Amino acid sequence: MKKIGEQSYFLQKPVNICGASAIVGPKEKEGPLHSYFDQCLEDEFWGEKSWESAESKFVKETTNMAISKSGIAVNQIDFCLAGDLLNQCIASSFGLRESNIPYFGLFGACSTFVESLILGSCLIDGDFATNVLCASSSHFCSAEKQFRFPLELGNQRPPSSQWTVTGSGATILTKDGTGPFITGFTPGKIVDMGIKDANNMGAAMAGAAEDTLIRHFKDTGTKPSDYDAIFTGDLGYIGKDILIDLASSKGYNIKSNYTDCGVMIFDKEKQDTHSGGSGCGCVASVFCGYIYKMLQKKEYKKVLLIATGALMNSTSSQQGESIPGIAHAVSIKI
Amino acid sequence: MDWIMILKAFIVGGTICLIGQVLIDKTKLTPARILVAYVTTGVILGGLGIYKHLINFAGCGATVPLTGFGSLLAKGTISEIESNGFIGAFTGGVKAAAGGISAAIFFGYIASLISKPKIKKQ
Amino acid sequence: MKPIQSKEEYQEYVDQKTPNSPIAKNCFNAFWVGGVICAIGQIIFEICKTRGLDETNSYTIVSMLLVFFSAFLTGLNIFNKIGKFAGAGSLVPITGFANSIVSPAMEYKSEGYVMGVGAKMFTVAGPVLVYGISSSIIIGIIYIIFNTQSLTLI
Repeated sequence: MKKIGEQSYFLQKPVNICGASAIVGPKEKEGPLHSYFDQCLEDEFWGEKSWESAESKFVKETTNMAISKSGIAVNQIDFCLAGDLLNQCIASSFGLRESNIPYFGLFGACSTFVESLILGSCLIDGDFATNVLCASSSHFCSAEKQFRFPLELGNQRPPSSQWTVTGSGATILTKDGTGPFITGFTPGKIVDMGIKDANNMGAAMAGAAEDTLIRHFKDTGTKPSDYDAIFTGDLGYIGKDILIDLASSKGYNIKSNYTDCGVMIFDKEKQDTHSGGSGCGCVASVFCGYIYKMLQKKEYKKVLLIATGALMNSTSSQQGESIPGIAHAVSIKI
Repeated sequence: MDWIMILKAFIVGGTICLIGQVLIDKTKLTPARILVAYVTTGVILGGLGIYKHLINFAGCGATVPLTGFGSLLAKGTISEIESNGFIGAFTGGVKAAAGGISAAIFFGYIASLISKPKIKKQ
Repeated sequence: MKPIQSKEEYQEYVDQKTPNSPIAKNCFNAFWVGGVICAIGQIIFEICKTRGLDETNSYTIVSMLLVFFSAFLTGLNIFNKIGKFAGAGSLVPITGFANSIVSPAMEYKSEGYVMGVGAKMFTVAGPVLVYGISSSIIIGIIYIIFNTQSLTLI
């Protein structure tokens, strides 16, 4: 049994992460992490006719880059696990339709990237696969179009709103390699804190993040200081503050080594992104761009990555439903 | 040029917008709901015959906000009923507001032909 | 901090954690931008009157011109910046109505000219027409009822 405690798991043989690649859009290029991304685009259309096909191109180019970085032949990749925010995951499936790799489309809202890492690790640890490609993406314009308002509508964004990251991250999990490695994971439960405001996703997801985080510590017998850094996916400034409070109310002080990918990717003051970044592409590009490189440089030796997702759509929020959140955690070490 | 009227239009129109801003910030109403609330309020005030006093006082300060659009619908309906009877309830409103509606549809179509949306840079 | 026990308690805590909109600044901007738009309307109106147009036609021309300016600025990708700055100041005047028609038309162009531009044009502004026109018909019917009983409405 690989299960420890209530809902955490360790891998018998840690799964290697290689070929991590991130491509982001023009706004992310102006952000503090721009030098870590493999490619920053000038144009959010990337020469395509629609934002949806631009997002597919993000997936296609990022996965191609990950494959060529890893040096693994395409026919050696057993599965591809990918997801995004567009209806029926079209960005991933259209981006990968020429890839010739067996494909599973995933949806975990903004937690999709870590969901794919967890499932990929399971496939490898269970001897179903040797190499698994994991990817996820989001695009500000296509997300706004689907979830909110047309871009040219002259409306004001409330201070709690977040800015969907235009970007994509892809990486390949392999059975053997030199690291960094995924050593274990804690999949999250759906947690509904009763928040209905679709402009305050951080608050809606913070409860799920807290649930998974505390569960991880309890199950594995670890404490916050066992990690060099703890990252959440896209709670933003408000969600980050809430998570720190919630964790401290349960007796865990994460203040010193915890931050959020949505907080890191933009400069709040200069870029007017209000509560920070969000979207599947946020945690994917920050992990594949920044965190992975910091692990390679041995700046971090052990990190906990918790991707958070808001499991809603525009219909459910119009119908007045509250927003359930989810958070999946993976522990990664070099 | 009647500068007093222009000043009145500025103050009254600005105040109507300010009320809308308070509604946005305090109630989290979406833009579509604000517009619906304004146009319906305008229809009611226009139907009650109250809004025309504001128009007489402030001119475009009262007609340009969407409440003015609503009052125009109501005014058109009532005057058409007076001249044409019952059928006017169905023809009058749109007839009176036809200029604004047609312009919005037509210019909207033209704009979509020649222009593409762009990301907010700031 | 004490552990949070209920959803109500969490909502209360979140409300206190969430920053408010800068309402004073927003209201000031909404006031002056909205005022300027109405004043521009009034200037157009005065010009129309000096050209000998009657009041009704002048108001219609004001609406049409403001709608045109709004569509033009939306097409130039400028209106959303004004809207972001002014909030209700550009939303509440007829410019906001025009912007709410033009912006989805542009946005959904990628879905074609019939089901994209043609159908999605009214996603934001449609309700305005539905409620505006429906309520004006109701007002008309009430007016007819009161008039046949030889009562006038106020």
